[in-house]
Amino acid sequence: MSALTTHAPCDELLLTRETPVQRRRVRAAWLFLTPMLLCLALVAAWPLLRTFWFSLTDATLGQTREGSFVGLSNYLFHDGSNWSGILVDPQWWNAVRNTLHFTVVSVGLEVVLGLLVALLLNIKFTGRPLVRALILIPWAIPTIVSAKIWSWMLNDQFGIINHMMLSVGLIDAPLAWTADADLSMWAVIIVDVWKTVPFVTLLMLAALQMLPSDCYEAARVDGIHPLKVFWHVTLPLLMPALLVAAIFRILDSLRVFDVIYVLTSNSSSTMSMSVYARQHLVEFQDVGYGSAASTLLFLVVAVIAMLYLYLGRRQMEVRS
Amino acid sequence: MSLRLLKKALLRLGLWSLIGVLLLYAVFPFYYAIVTSLKPSSALFEVSYWIDNPDFSNYAAVLNQASFLRAIGNSLVVALCVVTLALFLSVTAAYALGRVKFRGRGTVLMMVLGVSMFPQVAVLSGLFEVIRALGLYNTSWALILSYTIFTLPFTVWVLTTFMGQLPHELEEAAIMDGASPWITLTRVLLPLLWPALVTTGLLAFIAAWNEFLFALTFTLTDTQRTVPVAIALISGGSSHELPWGLLMAASVLVTVPLVILVLIFQRRIVSGLTAGALKG
Repeated sequence: MSALTTHAPCDELLLTRETPVQRRRVRAAWLFLTPMLLCLALVAAWPLLRTFWFSLTDATLGQTREGSFVGLSNYLFHDGSNWSGILVDPQWWNAVRNTLHFTVVSVGLEVVLGLLVALLLNIKFTGRPLVRALILIPWAIPTIVSAKIWSWMLNDQFGIINHMMLSVGLIDAPLAWTADADLSMWAVIIVDVWKTVPFVTLLMLAALQMLPSDCYEAARVDGIHPLKVFWHVTLPLLMPALLVAAIFRILDSLRVFDVIYVLTSNSSSTMSMSVYARQHLVEFQDVGYGSAASTLLFLVVAVIAMLYLYLGRRQMEVRS
Repeated sequence: MSLRLLKKALLRLGLWSLIGVLLLYAVFPFYYAIVTSLKPSSALFEVSYWIDNPDFSNYAAVLNQASFLRAIGNSLVVALCVVTLALFLSVTAAYALGRVKFRGRGTVLMMVLGVSMFPQVAVLSGLFEVIRALGLYNTSWALILSYTIFTLPFTVWVLTTFMGQLPHELEEAAIMDGASPWITLTRVLLPLLWPALVTTGLLAFIAAWNEFLFALTFTLTDTQRTVPVAIALISGGSSHELPWGLLMAASVLVTVPLVILVLIFQRRIVSGLTAGALKG
């Protein structure tokens, strides 16, 4: 059930070896792939390599070409008495901490809520298609727009969230959601969870619909408590889909930029690795240093992505 | 007997109240944006849950801003071009990956998947250089080109899945008749692929319409901005005096088309998203 199980149709025609038809098909296949591969090379592979290179230079935004090679000093540099570079920059480690905090809490909430909503929407009731369509709305709203809507709702003086909490008596004074250092990360998480729960729900619903119905009937006939069935049957069967959804979301959260940039701009209490990298690249015009930060972020994401590919491949081997 | 009926009724009640809470959670923020956008600026700072006297002055103000209309136009052009480009490049690639067995197929698929996991900021400085070298800085072309980095892997992946599901008898017949791969693709398979093209095109459109980081970095002037950047840059005298009514009106204007698309194509979008993520 992983993303890697796109089987080619295994018919005899395609498996026949080295017939002229087959050879022509393979040649055509590479020809058909070339434009796509060229495009990805231009916008992905080459820029990535250039970013790696920039991270070893002191290039600035005005003149990327005139940067000179400085080795690893953007990462770590010792000038005899002091250490400098990203790896000793407390701001960078703060960004790493923020990103991890954001990722763990928001992905955790998204997976749990997504699963609960999927279980709810898996029950048959009248109007279910409409409800399923309506819960997609948060997913369709551009991140920028949802961040703006929520920052209005979370406004410290006139926001409706404070108004609701005050009138219910949850708080005695309005909270400064986006300005308070302790609360702003929660504000970011609230917005992100709201926007991405529909996506997780969809994946979970699709997985729920593929579950075999016979074991549920057996469980019902035997009178086993539904919670027990959920814990011992549904959850283990859903695990692969749950993991895929979680990894998708983890990869997305590690590169988070839009929500944070709009909701709290460059505030250090919510700054993520992407925001940090872009700030150095564009605002401080320090392409070398910013590229070094981007490279580190890329490495973190690459390790997790590789883990995912490895797990997916092993699963595929187990299945076949 | 009546006890069982009562239990059933209570369960129903519980179900419907959960659904109610869910709908409120999902829809309320957008609803509240509409409520706010229909208030005159004098009434903005009293919290209200309903639309009392709809006042369209915010919409009039937004639609009178030439730069906002320009941004909508830019976003449309960029998103439509990205969709066309991505679909064109990925249909042929998906045919190769989904229908032909050849050495290196697995590697290409892994590469495509790998690119879809790139953090955008990791290519920012390199892409900036490419765009400047091509003379595309501060043009829509910069965005059209750069957006293929996240649309293309996705469209290739999903179309490969759909392509692999088409019955292979059709293709066999075409090969027997001596049709070339290009003819097989365009005359035999493509007509069957329309639903999948609509789905992936729609998802790519939404992704391009919503993109922010590249649009913020690769464009500079108001005339080249796309909608997300235009909205993010709407500002008042200070950060505490944002023109919220105006902002919400702009937000509603750019979101309503998406919401309508999603409600109409819900089934397709779901099938596209799940085909992109899990396939079993």
